[in-house]
Amino acid sequence: MEVNALKENGINFLSKSVLPMVGILVFIILWSLLAKNINTSLGAFPGPKAVYEQSISLYEEHIEERSKASKFYDMQEKNNAQRLAVDPNYDAKIRSYTGKKTYVDQIFTSLITVMCGFILSLLIGLPLGIAIGLNKGLNSALNPIIQILKPVSPLAWLPLVTMVVSATYTSTDPFFAKSFITSMITVTLCCLWPVLINTAVGVGSVENDLINVSRVINLSTMTHIRKIVLPSAIPLMFTGMRLSLGIAWMVLIAAEMLSQNPGLGKFVWDEFQNGSSNSLARIMVAVVTIGIIGFLLDRAMLKLQRIFSWQKIV
Amino acid sequence: MNAFLEISSLDIDFPIPGGTFKALSDINLKISKGEFVSLIGHSGCGKSTILNIVAGLYKATCGGVLLKGREVTEPGPERAVVFQNHSLLPWLSAYENVELAVMQVFKKTKTKHEIKDWIEHNLKLVHMDHAMHKKPGEISGGMKQRVGIARALAMQPEILLMDEPFGALDALTRAHMQDSLMEIQNELNNTVIMITHDVDEAVLLSDRIVMMTNGPAATIGEILDVNLPRPRDRVAMASDTEYNRLRSEVLKFLYEKQRKINH
Repeated sequence: MEVNALKENGINFLSKSVLPMVGILVFIILWSLLAKNINTSLGAFPGPKAVYEQSISLYEEHIEERSKASKFYDMQEKNNAQRLAVDPNYDAKIRSYTGKKTYVDQIFTSLITVMCGFILSLLIGLPLGIAIGLNKGLNSALNPIIQILKPVSPLAWLPLVTMVVSATYTSTDPFFAKSFITSMITVTLCCLWPVLINTAVGVGSVENDLINVSRVINLSTMTHIRKIVLPSAIPLMFTGMRLSLGIAWMVLIAAEMLSQNPGLGKFVWDEFQNGSSNSLARIMVAVVTIGIIGFLLDRAMLKLQRIFSWQKIV
Repeated sequence: MNAFLEISSLDIDFPIPGGTFKALSDINLKISKGEFVSLIGHSGCGKSTILNIVAGLYKATCGGVLLKGREVTEPGPERAVVFQNHSLLPWLSAYENVELAVMQVFKKTKTKHEIKDWIEHNLKLVHMDHAMHKKPGEISGGMKQRVGIARALAMQPEILLMDEPFGALDALTRAHMQDSLMEIQNELNNTVIMITHDVDEAVLLSDRIVMMTNGPAATIGEILDVNLPRPRDRVAMASDTEYNRLRSEVLKFLYEKQRKINH
C-alpha cells in the first residue's frame, strides 16, 4: 500500500510539476532553434535569450524612469521650501512629472481599460440576458440582432467608435482620454455577447422540476427569479463571463494599437514603427506578457466562479 | 356528505402532431380525510398525470378535482408534492430547502423562532436532523428524498401527493423509507395519494389501491381495499395470508388482466 501511495504521489508530481516544465523547456529549445533561422530586415527573429534581455532592460527603464520622477518631485519640494523660507506668501505648486510611460505603466493602462470594458459589458449583458431569458418574445425579437452582431471583428467597430467618440465626447478638460474611451467601448462591443447569450440560456433553461416546486409552494414572481432562476443560471453566467473576459483581453490589444490608448497594444505598435534592432524582441516580451496576463485573468475568473457557484467545477 | 377529495369524470388530451392524444379517460375517485391511497399501473398509464392534475400543475380537458368542495385550478401548498427525483434546490442546504417552503406558508402566522423550530421538527421527523446543513450534493439519494418529504410535510398540506417517491432508490433504502413513512403516517395521519409501480409498497402502505388500465385513454380498472391492521411490520406481513392475497390480486391485475395490451 505504501509503495502504491508513493507511486501515486510520484505520478501526481510527474504530471503536475515535471511534465509542464518539460513541455516549456522543449518549446523554448524549439523556439531558439527556429528563431536563428528566420531573418528579417530587423535582424534575426528574437530567441528566448534576446527576449529575456529585453524584458530585463524594459524593467530597468521602468526603475530609472521612476527614480527620475521621484527626483523631480524631491527637487520641487526643496525649491518650494527654499522659496517659502524667503517669502512666506509664496504659492507653492507641485507640477506632475511628464516623462514617458514605461512598460509597467502600459501594462496597468491595459488592465484598467480591459476591466472597464468588461465591467461595462457585464452591466449591459447580465440584466439584458436575464430579461431575454425570462421573456420568450424579447428573445425572439433580439436573437437575430445578437447573432449578427456577435461575429463582428473589433477592427470593424473601431473606426465607427472612434468617430462617434470624437463627435460626442467633447469636454475641454476630459477626465478620460478619448483613446481610453474608444478602446473600452470597442472591448465592450466585442465581449458583450458571450455573457449576454450564456445568461439568457441559463435563465431560460431552469429545470422543469424546480419550476414545479416553485409553483407548488406558490413563490411570487420576484422570489421565483431570486431564489430559483438566478441561482440556476449562475454556472452558465460565469461560463459566459469567463469567455467574455478572454475575448475582452484579445480585443483590447487590437483596439489599443489602432486607437493609440497607451497600453500594451500601443507599445507593440510603437515598437513596430520604431524598427530598432531590439524592436522584435520587445514585441515578443509583450506577446509573452499578454499571454501570461490573459492566463491569470482566466484563473481569477475561475476562482470567482468557484466562490460564487454552487456547482462543483473540476 | 362530500368526499374530502373528489376527482370526477376527468379526461385529459395532450396535443400531438396531427391531433390529440387522450391520456386519461373518465377518472372518478373519492378519497376521505386521513386515507392513504396508492395509484398503481404500468409505466405510461397516466398515473403521474392524475397526480399532476390534483396538484394543479396540469389542467384537465374535462372534469375536475374538488378539495374540500373547492375546485382545484392552480398549484398550491395545501397540496404538497413529493417529486420522484427529490427536486431539491442544489444551491440550498436541506434546512434552507425546507425553509423556502415554510416561509411561504407560515411567514405571517409563525414567529421567527417558531419557524426555526418547525423546520427542525420536520427534519427530525424524517431523521435528517443530523445533516440539515448539508447541501443536496453532499447527501445520498435516500437522504435527499427524506428532505423532499420533510419539505412537503412542513407545508402542513391538506393532502400529500407523492410521485413514485422511492422509485429511484435501491431496494434496501426503499424499505427503510417505507418504514419511515409508515411511522410518520402513524403520527400525523395525513391524507396521501402515492404513485407507485411497486406492488409490495402499495400493499404495505395503503388503505386502498387504485389499479389503472393501460393507456391510451387509461382509466381506473379496479380498486382494492387493504384492511390490514396497523402498524404493519414488513417481516410479519411476508407470511400473512391476507397480505399475500392482496398482493396476488394486484399482481393478477397487472400481469394477467392488463398484460395483453402491454408489450
